[in-house]
Amino acid sequence: MLTTALILLPLVGALVVAILPLPRTSTAGLAFLVALMEVGLWIVAASRFDFDDGGLQLGTSREWVESLGISYSVGFYGFSLWLTGAAVIVSAAAIGYAMWVGRDRPRAYHALMLFLTGTVVATFASQDLLLFYVSFEAMLIPLYVLVGVWGGARRVAATLTFVVYTMAGSLLMLASVVAFGVTQGTFSLLDSGTSDNVWIFLGFAVAFAVKAPLFPFHGWLPLAYREAPVEVAAVLSAVVSKTAIFGFLRIGLPKFPEPVDDLTVVILVLAGAGLVYGSVLAFRAPDLRGIVAYSSLAQMGLITLGVFALNDLGLDGAVLQSVAHALVSATMFLLAGMVERRCGSGDLDTLGGMARGRPVLASVLLTAGIIALAVPGSATFAGEFLIMAGVYSEGWGYAAIVALGIVLAAMYVLRLISAVLHVRPGSAVREEALDLRPGELALVLPLVACLLALSAWPALVSQSSFPSDRAATAVVTNFGKSPIEFELRLAPAETSP
Amino acid sequence: MIETPNVDWLALSPTLALLGASGVALLSAVLVPAWMRKGVAAGTALLGFVLAAVLAGFVFDQSPTPQPLLAESMVRDQLAALAQVILAVTGAVVVLASWAKRRRDWHSEYCALLAATGAGMVFFVGAENLMTLFLGLEWFSLCLYILVALDTDRATSLEAGLKYVIVGGFGSAVLLFGSALVFGATGELGFSQIAAAAAGDDAFLVAGLAMILAGLAFKVSAAPFHMWTPDVYEGAPTSVTAFMSAATKTAALVVTLRILLTAFPEESEIWTVAVAVIACVSLVWGNLAALAQRDVKRLLAYSSISHAGFLLIAISAASERGGEALLYYLVPYSAMSVGAFAVVAARERELDHPLTLEGFAGFGWERPFYGLAMSVFMLGFAGFPLTGGFFGKLFVFSAAYDAGDWWLVLVGVAATAVSLAYYLNVVRWLYMRTAPAAPMVAVGGSPPSDPALGVAIGAAVFVTVASFFAAQPILDLASDAAASLPF
Repeated sequence: MLTTALILLPLVGALVVAILPLPRTSTAGLAFLVALMEVGLWIVAASRFDFDDGGLQLGTSREWVESLGISYSVGFYGFSLWLTGAAVIVSAAAIGYAMWVGRDRPRAYHALMLFLTGTVVATFASQDLLLFYVSFEAMLIPLYVLVGVWGGARRVAATLTFVVYTMAGSLLMLASVVAFGVTQGTFSLLDSGTSDNVWIFLGFAVAFAVKAPLFPFHGWLPLAYREAPVEVAAVLSAVVSKTAIFGFLRIGLPKFPEPVDDLTVVILVLAGAGLVYGSVLAFRAPDLRGIVAYSSLAQMGLITLGVFALNDLGLDGAVLQSVAHALVSATMFLLAGMVERRCGSGDLDTLGGMARGRPVLASVLLTAGIIALAVPGSATFAGEFLIMAGVYSEGWGYAAIVALGIVLAAMYVLRLISAVLHVRPGSAVREEALDLRPGELALVLPLVACLLALSAWPALVSQSSFPSDRAATAVVTNFGKSPIEFELRLAPAETSP
Repeated sequence: MIETPNVDWLALSPTLALLGASGVALLSAVLVPAWMRKGVAAGTALLGFVLAAVLAGFVFDQSPTPQPLLAESMVRDQLAALAQVILAVTGAVVVLASWAKRRRDWHSEYCALLAATGAGMVFFVGAENLMTLFLGLEWFSLCLYILVALDTDRATSLEAGLKYVIVGGFGSAVLLFGSALVFGATGELGFSQIAAAAAGDDAFLVAGLAMILAGLAFKVSAAPFHMWTPDVYEGAPTSVTAFMSAATKTAALVVTLRILLTAFPEESEIWTVAVAVIACVSLVWGNLAALAQRDVKRLLAYSSISHAGFLLIAISAASERGGEALLYYLVPYSAMSVGAFAVVAARERELDHPLTLEGFAGFGWERPFYGLAMSVFMLGFAGFPLTGGFFGKLFVFSAAYDAGDWWLVLVGVAATAVSLAYYLNVVRWLYMRTAPAAPMVAVGGSPPSDPALGVAIGAAVFVTVASFFAAQPILDLASDAAASLPF
């Protein structure tokens, strides 16, 4: 029931916001209130969640289309609960930012944002392949309109590439969903067994790779992240991308052990290439959002490396890094938006020297920045270290790539910080541009506080994500549904620390 | 002494209700004073369609097993009854949608013809014999020819009527010729008797089958028998287009499914391939041509051709699951189709000229409800979740995959991907573009409020969305209906 409430609250909120003829500020306020209630509801869910057990919890199931074995089944594992937590917090911050900025046509805007939140939560909670597909697809509708209506100058081109990429991936996944569901006789993720069909797996893998995005399926990313309203870009990079990680963890690895085993090297190499390529592009990007966007590509590559390390360390690290990256990326995007609002531009050439006289902005940006570059002691460092250790057992080369990625991250984040805060004042930075206002601070500070808390105690996420904290066992055995009938190169028991 | 066959009046009641409504509406043109003529005619037609839907629903409930009707020239079964319900509800919605059309007169004639068309279709889906098949086809086709050309003050309407008569007549002739060949080969007219009498690979029989399939494909507007569709859909009064796109397709597809399965089960290896090929051609041609359209009605016409492809995939599966998928898909498809054309009609009334995509610029913000409804229909056509179009596609693809035609699934998926380009383009025009050069309201003043049209569009939206959430109940009905056929 709680899970259903978690899904329905934003959806119903969206409907109410869309219909009630309230004045502008009240509409935005109502939407923000709903988003905060959603966070509260998630805290209730987390408090009822038994992290020691770690199996499927807070589950509900109800028949939907019996003839095909489709059901509305929802519930959480540790990792999906954490991903949901990051999602609702980031969504609340994003809606708050939209309220602060005062977007046009607030009823439509906030209704779509809440709808997006609901579909994301439904994606993370779904335990039925078809429900997963439905929510995964439904996410596209609000994103399409949000980018297309409220985006920047090239918004139409941005929506077009975004939708073409994601739908091409999603439709391949639909073919795979049909093939997998019809073969299994059920669409329930809890009941279905495994498949050794590599084509079906590829349909899923491409859809997730586009959504994440992973190299070389990231063609939509630069335009979409630059042209979207900044808080939508935050949700895209922080939350929507993580649905792909959820897909790999809940569907890709458990349901297709053999294809995964066959293709691990290919995926690891692509993920490593994406990590380096994204980092280099981020270092070269001429604008604030470009840096954050390409760093997101790099980070998704890193997380994928952790996922396909296929051992406890890598999987735990991937979940921790997903949550940390969600918070970091949302913070950075919102800060980028705040800087853009003050300067009217995100070009690094025209920025600079903003630290002088704006101590709050400087402190927050610096804090978020050093967490983003994975300084030792931060949550991101913990995540990246786990991933590096996990992927080391696949080959030292991958670990070297991760290390390279960490170095490059330091370079691009420091470049961003110095280009915005230091050097001499840029042409777009006016003397009277304000420091962070209390309202803005109230949006960003909770995100940074979550990051600091996670930095202090990363094990909170990394040790409670999978049943009995045996990530590889859970994933390889299809979450306890099927025995290991074949030999993986890495027997899960041997790799646990 | 001529022996009269036993007549099952209940099974014929939907047809008779619509025929009666048609007659009363026609009489109202001369007997009712002018000021209340429109109301009486529209009310009668609406009542007729609603009554037909209720009666067909009752027949559905009362016919667990198929029973022959009128000396085995027709059949009373749940397949026909379900199709009749879909047709009658479609007709009722169309009557509502056309209430406020700017027609100076002839509303009585329009309503009478609409009800007569409905009666023909309702008759047609119960056909169990090559003669009743042809009779039903001509019955509703003749009415449609007139309806298409009803806007006599518009040259395009007359042109469309003429094109439809010529091409439709050709299609009917092909069907009749095919029927003759089949009769020559087997000496039988009844579908099940044909199946029983068919012997081996008879070239006449196969040629007859091919021509019957081609004749029906004209009505389904499946490529390559679709060439009349864009012109006729564009030229016809929009409410007539709405009715044709939903009801003609429904009737023709249901009959195609029935005749292929009951009369030609032995030849299923031939016709499954033929139908699959027609489906693929429709998907490719419909989608590619739709990409190039600026006129919204032409765009929707090509979209309906591509949907004929999706629906034919279900028939080509030749399985119970395929039949269920077809009947399920027809429900949201009819709703989306009628709804989309109704929104087009609403916008046309405001602009008072044919609607291009530019005419939709900013419409979503001007008329939030119509804009939202149009977006729902477009997303539904594209097979997005939260609309019945999604489950329609899913069921069709599952049926094809189940039948071993995985390549059809891939063609369907590719076609869906292409179709997104033009469906989402409509949404883009609704919300994301402005065309300041185009006159927003050409006729002056704000358009008159039209509650009947609003109700019609609301009903279409409701069915589109509800068929997603309540997929199982509709699928149960479809499954019952499909069970009346010998799979």
